[in-house]
Amino acid sequence: MRYAMAIDTRKCVGCSDCVVACQTENNVPLGFCRDWVVEVVDGTYPNVSIELRSERCNHCDNSPCVRCCPTGASHFEEGGIVLVEHNKCIGCGACIQACPYDARYSHPEGYVDKCTFCIHRVREGKDPACVSVCPTSCMYFGDLDDPNSKVVNMLKNRKFKSLAPEAGTKPQIFYLV
Amino acid sequence: MREELFASGRNIPNIDPYLNIWHWQIPIYLFLGGLAAGILFFAGVFTIMGKAHKMPATVKKAPMIVPFALIFGLFMLFLDLKHKLYFWQLYTTIRLESPMGWGAWVLMIITPISLLWCASYIKEFYPNWDWKFKFLNTFEAWVIKNRVIVAWPMTIYAVILGIYTGILLSAFNARPLWNTSILGPLFLVSGMSTGAAIIIMLSDDHKERKIMGRIDILLIVIELFFIVHLFMGFLAGSEAQIDAANLFLGGKFTAPFFTFVVMLGLIFPAVLEIFELKGFKVPIYVPAILVLIGGLIFRFLMVEAGQITRYLY
Amino acid sequence: MHTRRKFIKISSLGIGATAFAGGMAKWAIGSTSPTNISTGSQSLAFGKKVATYCEVCFWKCAGWAYVTPNNQIQKIIGNADDPQCNGRLCPRGTGGVGMFSDPDRLKTPLMRVTKNGEQTYREASWDEALDFIAKKMKEIAEKYGPESMALFNHGSSGKHFTQLLNAFGSNNVTAPSFAQCRGPRDTGFELTFGESVSSPEVTDIRDTRCMVLIGSHIGENMHNGQVQEMSEAIDKGAVIITVDPRLSTAASKSKYWLPIKPSTDLALLLSWIHVLIYDDIYNKEYVAKYAEGFNELKEHVKDFTPEWAYGITTIKPEQIRQTAREMANAAPAVIIHPGRHTTWYGDDVQRSRAIAILNALLGSWGNRGGIFLKEGIKIPEFPRPAYPKPAWSWQDTLNGRYPLAKESITNTIIEASIPEEGKEHQIKGWIVSGTNLIVSIPLKEQLMKAMQSLELLVVVDTMPMEITGYADVVLPECTYLERYDDLRATAHREPTLCLRMPAVEPLYETKPAWWISKQIGERLGLGAYYNYTDFKEVIDWQLKQVGLSLSEMERIGTKKFARKTPVYIDPNSDHQFKTSSGKIHFYSKELEEAGFDPMPKYTAHDQPEDGFYRLIYGRAPMHTFSRTANNRNLVALMPENSVWVNPQVAELWGLKKDQYVWLKNQDGIVSNFSVKVRVTERIRWDSVYIVHGFGHHHKPLTYAFGRGVNDTELISKISVDPIMGGTGMRGNFVTFVKVQPKKEAKS
Repeated sequence: MRYAMAIDTRKCVGCSDCVVACQTENNVPLGFCRDWVVEVVDGTYPNVSIELRSERCNHCDNSPCVRCCPTGASHFEEGGIVLVEHNKCIGCGACIQACPYDARYSHPEGYVDKCTFCIHRVREGKDPACVSVCPTSCMYFGDLDDPNSKVVNMLKNRKFKSLAPEAGTKPQIFYLV
Repeated sequence: MREELFASGRNIPNIDPYLNIWHWQIPIYLFLGGLAAGILFFAGVFTIMGKAHKMPATVKKAPMIVPFALIFGLFMLFLDLKHKLYFWQLYTTIRLESPMGWGAWVLMIITPISLLWCASYIKEFYPNWDWKFKFLNTFEAWVIKNRVIVAWPMTIYAVILGIYTGILLSAFNARPLWNTSILGPLFLVSGMSTGAAIIIMLSDDHKERKIMGRIDILLIVIELFFIVHLFMGFLAGSEAQIDAANLFLGGKFTAPFFTFVVMLGLIFPAVLEIFELKGFKVPIYVPAILVLIGGLIFRFLMVEAGQITRYLY
Repeated sequence: MHTRRKFIKISSLGIGATAFAGGMAKWAIGSTSPTNISTGSQSLAFGKKVATYCEVCFWKCAGWAYVTPNNQIQKIIGNADDPQCNGRLCPRGTGGVGMFSDPDRLKTPLMRVTKNGEQTYREASWDEALDFIAKKMKEIAEKYGPESMALFNHGSSGKHFTQLLNAFGSNNVTAPSFAQCRGPRDTGFELTFGESVSSPEVTDIRDTRCMVLIGSHIGENMHNGQVQEMSEAIDKGAVIITVDPRLSTAASKSKYWLPIKPSTDLALLLSWIHVLIYDDIYNKEYVAKYAEGFNELKEHVKDFTPEWAYGITTIKPEQIRQTAREMANAAPAVIIHPGRHTTWYGDDVQRSRAIAILNALLGSWGNRGGIFLKEGIKIPEFPRPAYPKPAWSWQDTLNGRYPLAKESITNTIIEASIPEEGKEHQIKGWIVSGTNLIVSIPLKEQLMKAMQSLELLVVVDTMPMEITGYADVVLPECTYLERYDDLRATAHREPTLCLRMPAVEPLYETKPAWWISKQIGERLGLGAYYNYTDFKEVIDWQLKQVGLSLSEMERIGTKKFARKTPVYIDPNSDHQFKTSSGKIHFYSKELEEAGFDPMPKYTAHDQPEDGFYRLIYGRAPMHTFSRTANNRNLVALMPENSVWVNPQVAELWGLKKDQYVWLKNQDGIVSNFSVKVRVTERIRWDSVYIVHGFGHHHKPLTYAFGRGVNDTELISKISVDPIMGGTGMRGNFVTFVKVQPKKEAKS
């Protein structure tokens, strides 16, 4: 089992519902966020293009954050979901330094926090909150090892990219372009 | 024109607009670690070489401050932690892949060794000292007799500690400025140089100062060589690394780095020490303090600048 | 200047009130972590989920409020049965929680008093405030007649106060949504097809093969159902053509983006009509069967060639032809989107007419992938006595202008509130519910003059919006999450009913609109119109009339009904449009009789002078007008607006990214606050763009205060549409002020 997400940049309008939904679902304190939206504008008027990307922890296969954690608080759960166990985290900040995506932050309560792929929902067979609310349905979540999953289907039929592949982290969020 | 912005969501304290997770504590921690490593290295090496009697400040005096430096350094690390009550979790796991964990364990080993070392010399400073318990006195006698046996692991761990202070940073692939293997040796050499500076300051013996002065000049030359190589490596690297190097070569950090680290922290003290060797009268405190300040500022700059650099995507 | 009704910042209240408020807010927000999800492996514990429909915008998506055991609203999730949202709320709906938990909410009734010569508010009890309002309303009725009371409203609460006004004897009920927003579109479509495209619009986007957006920025206007359907259309490979001087999000997803010179849209539309007709690619069968006036139209557009339009719009003739062919290829599964906010240049009904005509030429109305036929569920009205007939009404405030206005016009009601010698129809009292007129009505001076002259100004709101500072009485309404409201029975693809019920008890001293209306009504002796103790009796009664019950609806939240009529025109039927002749009107006799052009004509509009740029304003997906600028969940996404400047312009002015500047318009009006510069290729060099709804200047909005710039204050020139009174607002030009301008002393 290998959980992954595919996000269709052709459909995303950057509305940021994913960000609010994550906030309310996971009680993320205001002023912090586990996901966010990036807009890239390229070209010269009137030949301009926009790419909108909903970004979050990439739940990398080769996770530098898990590797550098001195206490094992950052660890892999089923399906390769990278989690932080709050009661093990000492808040040293090493994992924050290690993440090329700046996907982690220091929670006001001291521990390091980040996207969990809404594992509590996934275990109930639901999609992560961000995926489930997206008005454009541009996000797909599923198991890469399941040939019938939506993610596999999308990745089979579309061109895609991942972020900063040169960092060597093997990210598991794919952007359909 | 290319434009890249957060359409929403990101304005997280200490993360945006650029990382600022490690503040002043970590550079002090790294500085003290390097300094302690330097002193213990020299103490160990001269003991092993059987020249302990010729180098009293190196072997006896300077190591006295090492336990304090290490414990204070560890305290700095503790201050940096955001989830302090869970500090003990550091010592429930051994994670070889984690430099932070590595550091914690190295300190856990070398701090007792340094304490042992100091304890064995305590009677030379306080002749009336009594350990109260007999077995402690017996143990002390054994250590004093077998200092070389203690010196070996102490030297080895001192080198590990010195390199570790650089590896803590260089292990982060995500921060282009840090992600270079030259940082380990560079921090080791720099730490040894600061250790030598302390020894020079504490030494009353002219000959010992001369020896340490020579060593320090050598270390400074090596350090400069490493620094040049560091930037050469970056400039030959990826765009992210070039950007990182440019912070120091014409960017925000250029002035403090070249003024305080390269000029006042390395070249100027080296020149002063050469003058002193040539017989000019130079107050010994001046080059030593400059080296120490330079070393501290160097770590501050590296920690601060490294957090600004990131992968581009 | 002597001002009778001085603007009061509610923060000037006593310390007691603030402390009380603070304490309550703390209690209300409480600890925001009811359960520890430390490892992320536990699910949050929820007490219950309660049916509601959203009130953050007019789309009113049905959803579920998840309430924690300690009565906090944890999240709001869309109702999967509601075809308007399909279980997916937009960011504002998801962030609706922030409306409930906003620490700056109005908490108690406030009354204007003069203390030591200073006007201020004091906290009042509900009885006191309501008694005062009833007394004042009686006085107005005695002196001038009940018609002199007017209501400005927006949203669900409006209905309850409409009931009050109608029972009182006035139908001077108005909303900015007509004359400041969708009015021209509705009038234009009514003149052509006999009916408007309604709200939510009856556009069949999900099945369209080609959609044309003209100044409409779906995706930035987060009209949920449309955004969802546009995404579906993109998946299905529909061609999108976007006409916009700005690269909108939708434009970036379009096959064709026509970066038109602002204010010239009508020329483009006319040339498209020309190409369709003269290249003989229009839907001949449809036109022959359903439309009339084709020959007149053909003759009319004879000279409106793409080459003619090129000189005006800067869109290349080949592109005009090509896009027209795309539309024709897709027809009838094509939508020339009617848009929504259409009050631009004062000839907006005519532009909407041109859009309607294009749709008709392609045969989109009544066809799959075009514009479908709506069907709703009729909810009977709760039994009440007949409303008294007012002696005069809003139509009498038009004074012969705007002959085709089908809805009341805010500006003529405002005008009627300014006393003048010999004015026959005067308005003396306002109730303002759920609309912040200060930010939504252009022509601020007229508005101020009117407000100064009123004998009663009651503002009902959940938040201390700017308008509350001018009120005699401020009534704190509870949010939509704390009250019952009318059933949502919107006509669309599927007839649907949705319930809104309180998820939690109202915080503070706030009350639902139905209660406020009933209390005032009873004090006015209008109790017979409120024959219930709790509004849920009304809902229950209504539901029983359609075979449902309140308890059933509480369980399901949303009920879909089967359609009784076809969703598209049956080609074998003799379909009659709702126009006078039953046919689509290319040539409008109604317009001709009223003295207007029977077919749309292009007129040139003012262009900015050197150094000035056209002020284009619009929406961001995370905010609804000015009402969400203080919502903590949504400002976390977008705290302020920015002014979009083309890099060439930025270079000319030496503007840097993220620099703050003030904006000054053609009449010398300088923005209250400074605004961040966004240097971007997404905007034309002759225009700037800002998102509407920021730049609040009311300190009690503690977060929103002073963030960004308010476009409305820079709109001092409006072009009124003579046909229906829409206030065209896109003819304002601004320039940059880089140094903080000296503030004039505020009166």
